[in-house]
Amino acid sequence: MSTDLPVLKPADFASDQDVRWCPGCGDYSILAQMKKVLPDLNVALEDTVFISGIGCSSRFPYYMNTYGMHSIHGRAPAFATGLKSTRPDLSVWVITGDGDALSIGGNHLMHAIRRNIDINIILFNNSIYGLTKGQYSPTSKVGHVTKSTPHGSIDQPLNPISVAVAAEATFVARSIDVNAKHLIKTLKRAAAHKGTSFVEVYQNCNVFNDGVWDYMKDKATKADNVLELEDGKPMVFGDGEKGIRLNGATPEVVSLSNVPVDDLLFHNETLADPQLAFLLSRLRYPDFPEPIGVFRDVQRPTYDQEINRQVAEVKEQKGEGTLKDLFASGDTWTVE
Amino acid sequence: MISATDQFPPTNKPAESVNGVTVRLAGDSGDGMQLLGTQLTNTSALSGNDVATFPDFPAEIRAPRGTRAGVSGFQVQFSAEEIFTPGDGLDALITMNPAALVTNIEDLKPGGILIVNSDSFASKDLKLAKLEENPLDGDSLNGYRLIEVPMTQLTRTAVAETKISVKLADRCKNFFAMGLVFWLYGRDVEPTLRFIDAKFRGKEDVALANRLALMAGWNYGETTEDFASTYQVPAADLEPGTYRNIMGNQALALGLVTASQISNKPLFLGSYPITPASDVLHELSKYKQYGVRTFQAEDEIAAVCSTIGAAFGGSMAVTTSSGPGIALKGEGIGLGLILELPFIIIDVQRGGPSTGLPTKTEQADLLMVMHGRNGESPLPIIAASSPADCFNVALEAWRVATQFMTPVFILSDGYIANGAEPWKLPEVDSLEPIEINHPEATDSPFLPYSRNKQLARPWAVPGTPGLMHRVGGLEKEDGTGNVSYDPQNHQHMVETRARKVQKVAEVIGDLEVDGPDTGLLVLSWGGTHGACRTAVRTCRQAGHSVAHAHMRWINPFPKNLGQILKRYDQILIPELNTGQLKMIIKSEFLIDVEGLNKVQGKPFAVTEIIEKIKSMAT
Repeated sequence: MSTDLPVLKPADFASDQDVRWCPGCGDYSILAQMKKVLPDLNVALEDTVFISGIGCSSRFPYYMNTYGMHSIHGRAPAFATGLKSTRPDLSVWVITGDGDALSIGGNHLMHAIRRNIDINIILFNNSIYGLTKGQYSPTSKVGHVTKSTPHGSIDQPLNPISVAVAAEATFVARSIDVNAKHLIKTLKRAAAHKGTSFVEVYQNCNVFNDGVWDYMKDKATKADNVLELEDGKPMVFGDGEKGIRLNGATPEVVSLSNVPVDDLLFHNETLADPQLAFLLSRLRYPDFPEPIGVFRDVQRPTYDQEINRQVAEVKEQKGEGTLKDLFASGDTWTVE
Repeated sequence: MISATDQFPPTNKPAESVNGVTVRLAGDSGDGMQLLGTQLTNTSALSGNDVATFPDFPAEIRAPRGTRAGVSGFQVQFSAEEIFTPGDGLDALITMNPAALVTNIEDLKPGGILIVNSDSFASKDLKLAKLEENPLDGDSLNGYRLIEVPMTQLTRTAVAETKISVKLADRCKNFFAMGLVFWLYGRDVEPTLRFIDAKFRGKEDVALANRLALMAGWNYGETTEDFASTYQVPAADLEPGTYRNIMGNQALALGLVTASQISNKPLFLGSYPITPASDVLHELSKYKQYGVRTFQAEDEIAAVCSTIGAAFGGSMAVTTSSGPGIALKGEGIGLGLILELPFIIIDVQRGGPSTGLPTKTEQADLLMVMHGRNGESPLPIIAASSPADCFNVALEAWRVATQFMTPVFILSDGYIANGAEPWKLPEVDSLEPIEINHPEATDSPFLPYSRNKQLARPWAVPGTPGLMHRVGGLEKEDGTGNVSYDPQNHQHMVETRARKVQKVAEVIGDLEVDGPDTGLLVLSWGGTHGACRTAVRTCRQAGHSVAHAHMRWINPFPKNLGQILKRYDQILIPELNTGQLKMIIKSEFLIDVEGLNKVQGKPFAVTEIIEKIKSMAT
């Protein structure tokens, strides 16, 4: 990375291409917040790479004035792994959607996470296939009526945060497209983390699945339905009137009018054991408020560090290889 | 380093000089036949012979013991003359059990030496091999020089002093067989003794037992009255130089590391284990001191995608697989093609379709690598012709990939991958560097899809200030690389990508012909080179007007291919498929072509090609 960086502004990160998402799409807000976050990271434009798969969200790299690759469906984490393993100097972001990351690309997501390669994966979850015009996705709820499920979806959905925690992600977070302040804070945390950062962003598709996250956004309901996680803090929501308490191993909603705050579950992002993060990932509307913020932030060696460490160590032990040695390894004989 | 004349220990029996010998070792897949074969090959190469090998083993790691399905074989020809194949008919067959005997005996020449482990012909062994009668009892083997050796007993006695268990002792009997074979062909045991010490370091009793077994086998040959003499194969008249024995997959690995070094690009391999390609991954993972990074991906798709990611970042990127894996990589390869990034895809072919015959050879992926992607998606394809040629092929593929900014396919096959031959070590200084230029920012706007004379676009890598650009699988506008749905632009880009691949013909050289300008031309590609070359030369010596041309680059064709084809009255294309190159040649040149096609998981025997040539000549 360059040492004396010019001061960058959000506009410096905009490419010359027209943004072509549907008017009103939640992607616009995510793009805008990303452009606000990047200038603060002290990474040059040329050292930043966005890699995406296929889907509406995956057009994202075209709109960034960085290096970028709009790859094939579901495979962005694999491209990013090859790039980051060989170019650990770069800041690599993966932009994906619920279909891209969890359906066709489920395998790559899981393996990138368990390897803990130092990339940031931002999953735009709108619970629908938008670019193919409205089929249900792996995060659509049972019963969801779409073009391909006229009688309602019969598929049990995947919970992206649960999947990431199960793969032992070292950084897991959730935010909301239009909650600009929270999204900026979350993206910055993701960028700062060494290892795979996984961020689920609740994103509205106003054409094919409008209002899917309204319970998290509407003024009237959001206080009761959003639990903002803060490290070391008790789990309080509902304008300070409600909290989450553990009853044995089971979480329950309690009223703070008759339960002291000290009895509540306290958040701890850095627990080595992923059980708390998993438990939090299971809190779903309408029985519980849904957490946003950082579920888990722990340290583990990254894949890119390790692959390069091995190369350096072997070079140290054996010395830089020469072609002469390479050719003559094994028994040789000479014909005069 | 070992000189070509050492032989230890010396024999007291007379030695009969022969020009060349073909030997097959066959036993249970747990009997260590591959190890025995490899040692015999290396030792023969060290004694200066030209060698060629053909390992043949079942897909199961340990198929049921003693059954026909579990038979593992290793064939080697060593010769005082230049040879191109592991031989057809066997001069000697060494079998460790009845199943190995009955499944291999038909390849033994009349009067050939047949050595059997007579201790493994009990009724339970015969039952496992599904034999009603003991073949050693009847007269079915009368046409051969049958030598029954109670190897199990002799080995147990030989290793008794080490006090290792009977189970371990019985595992040493392949070294007993090796000792006997080494004695028979006057091979030096020293390299194998060294091998034993290295392999069993820390298990001194096992090392000692194997040494004792090896020498017991050797002494058995020296004392038994079954053999009046040994056979000596003089050193071959090879080109002066330093040699080593090399297998195809090893040569690919060495070629890739070399290409990386002479292009000054760190090597990245994205791969997923698959037979018979995995050895390239194993080999490359040992070369970290050359800056090699190997990534064992979660699947074939991630393997190719990580490769493209590394290529985007400016590495020398390679992915290796076999047919089923290449099928999975298709979409990724198409992306690499439209991105116009340089990387190498290696297909070590095996029998198909589907899982097919994982450990057997075939050449049936040609049309897949040529056409097996959506849309108009031509790529350069080069095929290795022998184990040692894999080294050159790797260098050429990377040279073309970087010069033309395109993925390049390398075709190998199971026969080449596991086969071995002597390889003359190249002079390091004689290797022409591969020049690669990455652009830097200028005053004019950067056009990632602008092109040079060879139609190659610039390879601008992340980290370069001022050259930020986006690539992707959507059709691009010429020059800018921006997404474009313009009809004329699409036609232009499709044609440009195709023309670029055709331009590769300008750097790959002409096709060479071995033989006369008229009569019959045998046109081959890939691993059939050796059998075709041997057959054509044999027929020419017998008076036939027959020539041989072997294609290394299959896409594009060498520029003079059309002219060559016109000269001949008849054209024969032998292929281990049902006629794939034949189909391409016929459609390209609108000429009549005869095929010789075989899909049995086995390479051609030279005699099969000779017979076909003779039948066409009359």
